[in-house]
Amino acid sequence: MPQNEYIERWEKLHGKRLDHDERTRKRAAREAHNSSKSAQKLHGLRAKLHAQARYKQKIQLRKTLKSHEEKSVKTTTAPTSDPLPPYLLDRTQPSSAKALSSAIKQKRAEKAAKFSVPLPKVRGISEEEMFKVIKTGKKTAKKSWKRMITKPTFVGPDFTRRPVKYERFIRPMGLRYKKANVTHPELGVTVQLPILSVKKNPQSPMYTQLGVLTKGTIIEVNVSELGMVTTGGKVVWGRWAQITNNCENDGCVNAVLLV
Amino acid sequence: MATLLPPKSKRIKLEEQKKTAEQAEFAQIPSDLPDILIQFRASDTGENDRTPIKVPGGTTVKQLELLLNELLGNSDDPLPYTFSVAKNSVETNLANVLDITDDIYSSILKPGHKTTEDLLTVLYTPQAVFRVRPVSRCSSAITGHEQAILAVAFSPRNSSRMVTGGGDNTARIYDCETETPVKTLKGHTGWVLCVSYSPDGKYIATGSYDRTVRLWDAGTGSALGDAMKGHSAFVTGIVWEPYHLWSGEDAPRFASASKDCTVRVWDAKLRRVEMTMSGHTASVTCVRWGGNGFIYSGSQDKTIKVWDGKDGKLLHTLKAHAHWVNHLALSTDHVLRTGYFDHTGKVPASDADKRRIARERYEKAATIGGKVVERLVSASDDFTMYLWEPSRDTKPITRLLGHQKLVNHVTFSPDGRLIASASFDNHVKLWDARTGAFIASLRGHVAAVYQCAFSPDSRLLVSSSKDTTLKVWDVRTRKLHTDLPGHQDEVFAVDWSPDGMRVGSGGKDKAVRLWRH
Repeated sequence: MPQNEYIERWEKLHGKRLDHDERTRKRAAREAHNSSKSAQKLHGLRAKLHAQARYKQKIQLRKTLKSHEEKSVKTTTAPTSDPLPPYLLDRTQPSSAKALSSAIKQKRAEKAAKFSVPLPKVRGISEEEMFKVIKTGKKTAKKSWKRMITKPTFVGPDFTRRPVKYERFIRPMGLRYKKANVTHPELGVTVQLPILSVKKNPQSPMYTQLGVLTKGTIIEVNVSELGMVTTGGKVVWGRWAQITNNCENDGCVNAVLLV
Repeated sequence: MATLLPPKSKRIKLEEQKKTAEQAEFAQIPSDLPDILIQFRASDTGENDRTPIKVPGGTTVKQLELLLNELLGNSDDPLPYTFSVAKNSVETNLANVLDITDDIYSSILKPGHKTTEDLLTVLYTPQAVFRVRPVSRCSSAITGHEQAILAVAFSPRNSSRMVTGGGDNTARIYDCETETPVKTLKGHTGWVLCVSYSPDGKYIATGSYDRTVRLWDAGTGSALGDAMKGHSAFVTGIVWEPYHLWSGEDAPRFASASKDCTVRVWDAKLRRVEMTMSGHTASVTCVRWGGNGFIYSGSQDKTIKVWDGKDGKLLHTLKAHAHWVNHLALSTDHVLRTGYFDHTGKVPASDADKRRIARERYEKAATIGGKVVERLVSASDDFTMYLWEPSRDTKPITRLLGHQKLVNHVTFSPDGRLIASASFDNHVKLWDARTGAFIASLRGHVAAVYQCAFSPDSRLLVSSSKDTTLKVWDVRTRKLHTDLPGHQDEVFAVDWSPDGMRVGSGGKDKAVRLWRH
C-alpha cells in the first residue's frame, strides 16, 4: 500500500466518519458559492485559468443538456427516401442508374415532356463558318467544290473515306469524337458514354447526315452501363442526349440525357 | 372451262399440316416394338413400390396413370401423375431424370436414352387434382396508392379480395371480381410494410414503419381499435397463428417481427402484447408460425430462433448461416395461410369442423413417410439456403448452394415437393424439397428477382423482379411459360391467390395490377 493512502487505510480500518455523507453533501452544495467567490476575487493569470476552466465546464454542460433533450424528443418516423419494402430497407441501394428509369418513365407519361429539350434554341451557324473551301490543285481550286468541316464531328466506326477525287466533305480526324460526357439531370451524375449516332442537328438536316456536333445537337449515347430497364424488362441500350457546350471551343462533348 | 378451286386458306393448311404430323407420329411407333420392364418409384419417398412390370413400349402417360392408380389402389379416386425416368436406377435426384411427355417410346426409347433391354425406373409424382390456368394478361391496373406498393396479400378464402400496403401510409382492400378498390385503410403514420390476412379471412393485420401494428375488419375495412404500440422500430413481418391452434373461435393471435430485435405475439381480441420474445441481437427479418405451435424467427444476427408459441420460451437457436437471414419458408405455409379453405370452395358449417379440417389439411401437407414433420428453409445474404427440420434436429439437413448473390425470397410449393428461391443474381432456382438437391435454374430476368409465388396446384411459379416484369414459369418443363410485362417500374410484391384464379402484384409504379388467364 502506498504511503500516501493513509486516509483510505483509516477508512478501511474504522469506517467512514459518522457525518461523512453530510459533510460531502454540504461541500458540494457550497461548491457554487466558492467558485463564485473566487471568480469575483481572482485577477491576473489565475483569473484567466479559472475562466478557461469554467468555459470548458459550461461547454460540457450544454452538450449533456442537448443530448438529454434529444433523447426525450420523439424521433420522426418519416424517412426521406422513397418507400421500400422491408427486405430492401437495410440495404444500401445502388441508386445510380436504376433510380432514373422510373423518373424517366414518369416524365415520358407527360406528353409535353416528350418534345421539350433542355436547350430549345440555338445560335444559327452559317455555311461560311461551318465549311472551309478547299483550294488545292488546279481543278479543285478553279471550281472550289470541296469543303472541310470546321466543327467537331461524329463519324461512325464503319465509315470509310471515299476516293479523294470524289470526297466533297472532309471531316478532320482531329475533330472527331467518339465519347460524350453525359449528365443525368435528376441524379446529377456524369458518365462518359460512347456516342452511337447523331440524331438531329438543329442547324440543318445535312449537318445531321454529316454527324456535326454543335451545341444543341441531339445525339444517341450507349447507356447500357447504367443498367436501365424498359417496361418490357429489356436492358435499355441507346438513349438520346443533347449537347450543351460549344464542342469546337472546349475540346470535349458535354451532353445532358433527355428524360 | 374447268373451274379452279380457290387456294386453301392459311388456317386450313396449318390444320392439315398438324393433322398429318400427328398421324405420322402415331405411325412412328413401330409395330414390332417389344414390351419393356418398368418399375415404379415414388419420387418423394424414393422407395421402389412394386416388382417390375412388363408394359408395351408405346405406353402413354394416360395409360401409365391408369395403371399406377390401379396399383396404388386409388382407382375409384384417381390422382393425376407426372412420370419421369431416372437416368440410372439408384438416382433419385429430380435434376437427373427424363420426363415422359406423351409416351415412353417417343420420349425415352426413340431419342436413345434407354433401350428396350433396360429396366426403366419410372418416378411418379402426384399432382394436384385441380389445375390452375396460367395467368397470361393484365386484367386491370388499379391506381390509388400515391406511393410505391410494398406488400400484397390475397384473402385466404378465394381471390375476390386482396389487400395492399403502400408507401402512402395506407393499406387498401380491393374487390378483384369487379377490379375496384373497396376501402382505404387509413391510420398509419408511416409506410405500410406488411399486410396479412388471418387464416379465417376475417381480420387484416398491418405493420408499419411507424412502429405500430393495426388490425382491421377484412369485411368492412373498419379499424378495430387504435394502433397497437409496443415495438420500438419498424415492423418487418406479421404472421397469424395457424387456425387449428386457435384457442377459441374468436381469439386469434399473431406475431410481428421488428427491426428492434424482438418478436411480439399479440392477442387480437384483447389487443395487447401477450409475449415479447427478445433474444436476437439484430433486426428480425422474418417470422413464421408453424403448425406444431413453434414460432420461427430469422434475423440479421445470422441465427434462426425457434420459440414456443404457448409460453414464448426459446427452444432452439439454429446457427449455420454466415450472414443475415433474409427469409424463412415452411413446407406448410400454404395450408397454414389458407386454414380450412380448400380448392373446392366449401366452408365447413361449425367451428369444430373448421378446426378439424384445418388440422387435417395441415397434417396431410406436413406428412412425410407417415410422420408429421414440418420443414423450414432459410434464405440468406451468404448466397445459400439451409433446409431444416427443427422438430427433430438443430443441425440443418442440407445446404442449398448455387446462387451467386444474396437470396431474397424462398418458398415451398403448396404440395411441399419443391422449393423456389429468388435471388439478386437474376435467377430463380428450383430445389427438391425432400433432399435439397438442385433441380433447375430459371433464367430470364435481367435484374434482381424480389419475390416468387407458386400457384396452388404447384404447377406454375410466378416471380417478380426489379426489371419491371413478372414471369410465369412452368415447373414441369422448367422453362419460361409467360412473360408478363406491364409494370412501369420495379415490382416489389407478388401473390398468387389461394384459388389460383388471379395474381396480384404491386411495385414502385404505384399501380396494383391483377393478372388473369
